[in-house]
Amino acid sequence: MSEPLERRAVISGIGQSDVGRRLGRSELDLTIQAARAAIEDAGLQREDIDGLATYPGGGMGGGGFAGPGTPVVQDALRLSLNWHDGGGEGPAQIRAVMAACLAVAAGLARHVLVYRTVTEGTAQGSGGRRGIGGGGEMGARLSGPFQWLLPFGAVSAANWLALVAQARAAEFGLTRRQLGQIPVNNRRNAAHNPKAIYREPMTLDDYLAARMITSPLCLFDCDVPCDGSTAVIVSHVDYAGDAPHPVCHVNAIGTALRGRPSWDQFDDPTTMAARDAGASMWERTELTPGDVDVAQLYDGFSILAMVWLEAMQFCGRGEGGPFVEGGARIALDGQLPLNTAGGQLSGGRLHGFGLLHEACVQLRGEGGGRQVTPQPEVAAVANGGGPIAGTMLLTRGTG
Amino acid sequence: MRRPTASTYHPPAVTANGPPFRLLPRLDEENEFFWTSGAQGVLRFLKCQDCRRFIHPPSPICPICLGDDLAPEAVSGRGEVTSFTVNYQQWVPDSEPYVIGWVTIAEQDDVRLTTNLVDVEIDDVAVGMPVEVVFEHHEDVYLPLFRPVGQ
Repeated sequence: MSEPLERRAVISGIGQSDVGRRLGRSELDLTIQAARAAIEDAGLQREDIDGLATYPGGGMGGGGFAGPGTPVVQDALRLSLNWHDGGGEGPAQIRAVMAACLAVAAGLARHVLVYRTVTEGTAQGSGGRRGIGGGGEMGARLSGPFQWLLPFGAVSAANWLALVAQARAAEFGLTRRQLGQIPVNNRRNAAHNPKAIYREPMTLDDYLAARMITSPLCLFDCDVPCDGSTAVIVSHVDYAGDAPHPVCHVNAIGTALRGRPSWDQFDDPTTMAARDAGASMWERTELTPGDVDVAQLYDGFSILAMVWLEAMQFCGRGEGGPFVEGGARIALDGQLPLNTAGGQLSGGRLHGFGLLHEACVQLRGEGGGRQVTPQPEVAAVANGGGPIAGTMLLTRGTG
Repeated sequence: MRRPTASTYHPPAVTANGPPFRLLPRLDEENEFFWTSGAQGVLRFLKCQDCRRFIHPPSPICPICLGDDLAPEAVSGRGEVTSFTVNYQQWVPDSEPYVIGWVTIAEQDDVRLTTNLVDVEIDDVAVGMPVEVVFEHHEDVYLPLFRPVGQ
């Protein structure tokens, strides 16, 4: 195999805005805070940025989901761009970072600002979390893929993924005590993340006592909507020696979707798209799952992190439950430290980019009280759930 | 909020009856046969007349053989619960728990419906349970729901 093109890209800078439940700040304000931090972190000036990308792009969903589109951010920072991209389809949220990697590899841009902004906490106000079409749209008729789900009160990804969880309980014997290790682990890690939404201790008994949302998923199996923006700078690898911090090399990306792109027709409903994105990443690298020192796996719902453990081949199909049993293996000092900043379950739903940010923090050795030791050399990132999945393998740069 | 009016509806109890609200599909040239088949009391899927496989959701071509000779055909209405979840979250106020299921049809193991399991005690729902279709009528739509066989 010739060298994967994504290896011509590095993450040279990272930045994150304030993160909170209801900050009451605009999505553009948060985005600019993250963007300026990332540009400075990369040792660059605004004038150096010649590429811009985001997920999912402006106007792609209400309720604080989408963040500002690239035209808004470009104009606010008055960027002069050679390449720009935004979109909601592709290999999950991280698709925007993948696109940036390929753009720098192709010479379309040299330094790409990539961001993901959410203001779902503020948008939600004091009310509860809404499902898709769960309020306000009762009279509207449905077209497209949602017509096969929403008429049956399956209005939320929580419902769709609870079906995955129950299928795993039936086929693999997955228990709530096993599944609960993921939210408990993430909460333990969040205590060391000053920006995390939920930092107070949570025991497995607390988890088991929480109210059920959609069985077998309870409140603590669902991530927490928040406000925040995460930005990274994707640069050409030949900038690595000039960057003020050790860069994170992009070793491989996983983009495959070989099964049906559907929430209920996928050939193996216990895995879905994660299986393909995980497998295709390993097809592009000489590294192996055993080489990974820290994993940041999408946990919009706890069951997704369980699916990802298997899809990334850290354990066999159906073995995720036993793998996390007791919690030691995925703890900060375990064999595979997982979601070290608290993930989305406790850290807040920064929608994939928070996990990418933390992978870079760990590779750079900047994790403070949550830093994995010895300092990781290889980090795995997975985004998405159900029929949506994308992965990235990062390695620590020198310098 | 609209309560179901069909004969499958019972007052909220421990018996599952589907959600207390219904969001309905917009009928179009591709989906109309599916959502209205319940008027005749049967469940129908598109079937490829060349390779004889059922296709779902409806499409202009067979995704297996790419043939375009497709026609709706009735199935037995029998199937098996592949997975389920009991929804407790109050997407609308004061709603009772309801059961969402995946049902795989008896005729073909890769045709799956997201649906509601009804006329069943919530605690009795299980993966592998044999079920049969019942229809809930709303306006121009007949929603295919499933209950245990022999109810």
